[in-house]
This record gives sequence, C-alpha cells and structure tokens, in this order.
Amino acid sequence: MDKTLEQRIQEAPKLPRVYFDHAATTAPRQEVTDLLLSVLRDNYGNPSSFYKEGHQAARILEEARASIAGGLGVLPEEIFFTSCGTESDNWAIKGAARARQGRGRHLITSTIEHHAVLHTMEALEKEGFEVTYLEVDDQGLVDPRAVQSAIRPDTILVSIMMANNEIGTLEPVGKIGAICRKANVIFHSDAVQVLGALPVRPRDLNCDLMSFSGHKLYAPKGIGLLYKRKGLRIERLLDGGAQERRQRGGTENVAYAAALAKAFELSLIGMESESKRQTALRDRLIKAVIESVPHTKLNGHPEERLPNNANFSFEFIEGESILLLLDSLGYACSSGSACTSASLDPSHVLLAIGMPAEIAHGSLRVTIGRETGEEEIDRFLVDIPLVIERLREMSPLYADYSKGKLKALIPPQGGVDVKIRDGYGLE
Amino acid sequence: MEYSEKVLDHFMKPRNMGEIPDADASGTVGNPICGDIMKMDLKIENNIIVDAKFKTFGCGSAIATSSMATELIIGKTTDEALDITNQAVAEALDGLPKVKMHCSVLAEQAVKKALEQYYLSHDMMTAERQAKFKILGQNGHD
Repeated sequence: MDKTLEQRIQEAPKLPRVYFDHAATTAPRQEVTDLLLSVLRDNYGNPSSFYKEGHQAARILEEARASIAGGLGVLPEEIFFTSCGTESDNWAIKGAARARQGRGRHLITSTIEHHAVLHTMEALEKEGFEVTYLEVDDQGLVDPRAVQSAIRPDTILVSIMMANNEIGTLEPVGKIGAICRKANVIFHSDAVQVLGALPVRPRDLNCDLMSFSGHKLYAPKGIGLLYKRKGLRIERLLDGGAQERRQRGGTENVAYAAALAKAFELSLIGMESESKRQTALRDRLIKAVIESVPHTKLNGHPEERLPNNANFSFEFIEGESILLLLDSLGYACSSGSACTSASLDPSHVLLAIGMPAEIAHGSLRVTIGRETGEEEIDRFLVDIPLVIERLREMSPLYADYSKGKLKALIPPQGGVDVKIRDGYGLE
Repeated sequence: MEYSEKVLDHFMKPRNMGEIPDADASGTVGNPICGDIMKMDLKIENNIIVDAKFKTFGCGSAIATSSMATELIIGKTTDEALDITNQAVAEALDGLPKVKMHCSVLAEQAVKKALEQYYLSHDMMTAERQAKFKILGQNGHD
C-alpha cells in the first residue's frame, strides 16, 4: 500500500535533504571552496600594494578577470568585480542613466525584472528620470516590437533580463539588443540566472552592460560581476580608490574573484550536456506533476525557459503551507506567495503574467541543479500529490469547488499553457 | 522568520479540521486575493460551544491559528468565546512572527463572525455583546 503523508514525514529525517532552490543560491563546489580558502590563507595581500604579496594578489585577480572574460568572449578590461548581482544592476543602471542624462532621461524596462532592477528604476524616478515598464505576455515574454515602439528620442537605456528568476522564461535579449544598438540606446541585461547554465556572449547579444552573481553558479555569495562594453562611460557607484580601473573603489575581493572564475570555468566544462540533462529532468518533472496533481498549471514559457526551472500553480491552496510541508518531507523549495515575503503581496512576476492573486498565492518554484538526479525527482513525485491533497482537504475554496459552489480557474487536467482570465470574483 | 514548535505542530496536525454539516453557526472571513480564508463551524448547545471545526486556505500560521482557536473555544460558553482575543490565540501558540500577527486577527474574526450569526439568529444580540464585534470591521492586513 502507498504510504501516507504522515509516514513520509516520519521517514524524511532519515533521508538526505533535497535542495530544490538553486535559483535562490547554490552550494559552492569543493574545487571552488578549496581555491577560496587557499587564496584567503596564502594570498592575503592587497592587489594595490607595491611588494611581493600585493603583486601576487594582483596577479590572481587579473588571472580571474582574464579567465572570466575568455568565457564570455569579451576583453578582460570589460569585466569588473562587484559585491553581488544587485550592486551590478544598481551600478549599470544608475551609472548609465546619470552619465547619459544630458541626452535624455527616459528609461525602459519590463514589469518582471528582479527587484534589484525595479527598485533601482524607482530610485531614478525620484531623481527625475521617466521609466516605461513594458508588460509581458502570459508566458512572461517581452515583445521586442514593444521595446522598439517604446524607444523615444530621449531614451537612453533599456534594461531587460536574460532570464526570469521566478518563472524561468528566457527573454529575446538578442533581438532587443539589436534594436537598442540600431537606436543607439544603451542595453543592459541582468543575466544572473543564466551564467553557468547556458552560454552567455554579451557581444553577440549587443549588450553594453550585463550583471552576474557568483552564488548562482556554485561560487560563494559576496561576489558579482559587471560586464561593461569597452568605450562605454558610466558613472561610478562607489567612489574611492583607483581599483577596478578607477571605476569601482574598494579593495578587491581577490579570493572570491578567484573562486568565481573557478566556478565559471567549471560550469563551461560539459555545459551543453549538463543543460540538456537538467532540461530533460525539468520536463519530466513538469509533465509528471501536472499529470499527478489535478488543477495544476505551469507558469512561464514551456520551452523558452531555464533548464533548471519549474514553476507551478496549484489551485485552491496557498504556497507557504506547501513549502512548510515540503520542508518537513525534506525539500527546500520556494514560492511566490505573499506569505513567504515580508510584504503581503504575491509575486509581482506572477501578477505581471496576468495571474489573479488567488492563483498567484498557490505557486511553487522548483529549481534543480547539478547535484539533482532522477532519484530526487522520483521521490518528489511521490510526495507532491500527498502535500497538495492534504492542503486541499483543509481548503474552504476546495470544499466550495467540490460542492459545485465555485468554478475552478485551472481545469482538472491542468497544462503547460493554461490561460487564466479572471479570478473567482469573490469579495 | 521561523515558526514556534507549537505553530508547526498545529500546522502539521491540525485539530478539529473539517466541517460541521448541521452547524448552529458558521463564519467565513478573509479573501483569496489576500491569500487567506478561514471558515469556522460551531455546534452550540445551551449556549455552550460543544464542537468547532475549521477549514482554512492560507499559510502555516493561518492554519495553526485556526486550529488553536477551535481548541480554545470548545467547551466555552458563547460569551466566554467572545472574549478570546487574537493575542490569546497567538500566545497559546508561543507567539507568531510579527508579519504573521494578522493571521491571529483572522482567527478571532472567524470565531466572532460565527458567534455574530448565532446571536443574531437567536435574537440574543445585546448592546454589550455588539460592542465586542468591532474587530469584524478591521482589515487584519493593515
């Protein structure tokens, strides 16, 4: 006989934990932490110092920079180390906007950007810049034609992410980059979710500025990157010493830069087969979850999505309670539910793809990684129907649906491209 | 943000979850847009709450506070149940994270909403009792 939820919860502590939140952060690889510790221990010098320890540290830093530049197909002087992806986004957008404000004060972005971009845009609005927020379709795609028609004579910057962190949709950044280049508008892209997972070539994409973060590709937190096309002038965010070609003050985080370079190098080895492997696992997971749990839809684009991302909406229930039960069963996942955030609003991304709040609250994001295998997926597929069933038993919405008092927004068979027009219309 | 052991216990093993088909009073509060709905059914004999059952759409603390609220009111008179505050529910759970206090408000509201129906349908609503229903007008999210 199949095990009950209680039995599965009881057994879970004896089983290994399953980490399904790689979009949030990743566990640094052994090779990366080994290198990190050795540099911290043996090469503590300040790269700006004029003696052996300093020269050594400077050499490690520049080797890291050259390695990363090589992997991106750009020049070493186009790579700047920052503290995180958020800093890179802030610097790129604020720096470019302030440097170009003589030419105009209009910026373009999308409604599904990361808060590091959206809140930066809001900060610039307070400085008098005007921002156009492009809407996306119900799979999260930005229409390049919408970018084209939003560009005005006073537009100075477009910022569109390469892949969305919540729903995994890959944006047509190549097309958008070409439009921006033709219009002589700076193009920035937040590629934090993509680096290490898929090839990233800023030059091929006509990107002028690109943001990356170490801890999404099995490097530690506390290190990020900004790619800045040679010749493009943007203002500094951090005034200070002459580090990073005078563009970013602050003593360089040498060990973490080396660790990031190492993690990036490792990601490039077998990247194609690894992304295919994860895509196959992802697609199996998506298909099986939708088949085994009624009233379930995939969020985001079915094909144009990150290899490791699956995002579901389960009708009639709320996301935080899904996370709690999954946690007790051994899984680390995330949700776009309001209850998992300090604000009480559901995910702006799910709302932006046209989802009513009542469905957005019941979302679950599963992001797999390099250590995920078939056995984790198999185990999850046993547990997820039990979790959803338990929570639906408790849900007054599901009770109303069962009694025929409420119409389901997601049909019982669910799907990867279910369109939802309205909510329940309850007050 | 971490929950107390008691919150997790009530979430994992909710007490009195379900519906009472022949309930003497029933109250539903919250809305799906905010991400929480609580429905509270009461069985009342001689003004004593002899049974209570809930159904909740919401986060862990919404489910735990509903569960705890039913435990607190079963066996009480309706007037005693009317005096149970959201703080009492939260305290009985060894506290709630600050951003989750609105869930305890919802639990108090669910109980009161059912009691309001009971008093009104039994023609027992007095000015004194009426004064205790002010919380129903509040939005727990504010």
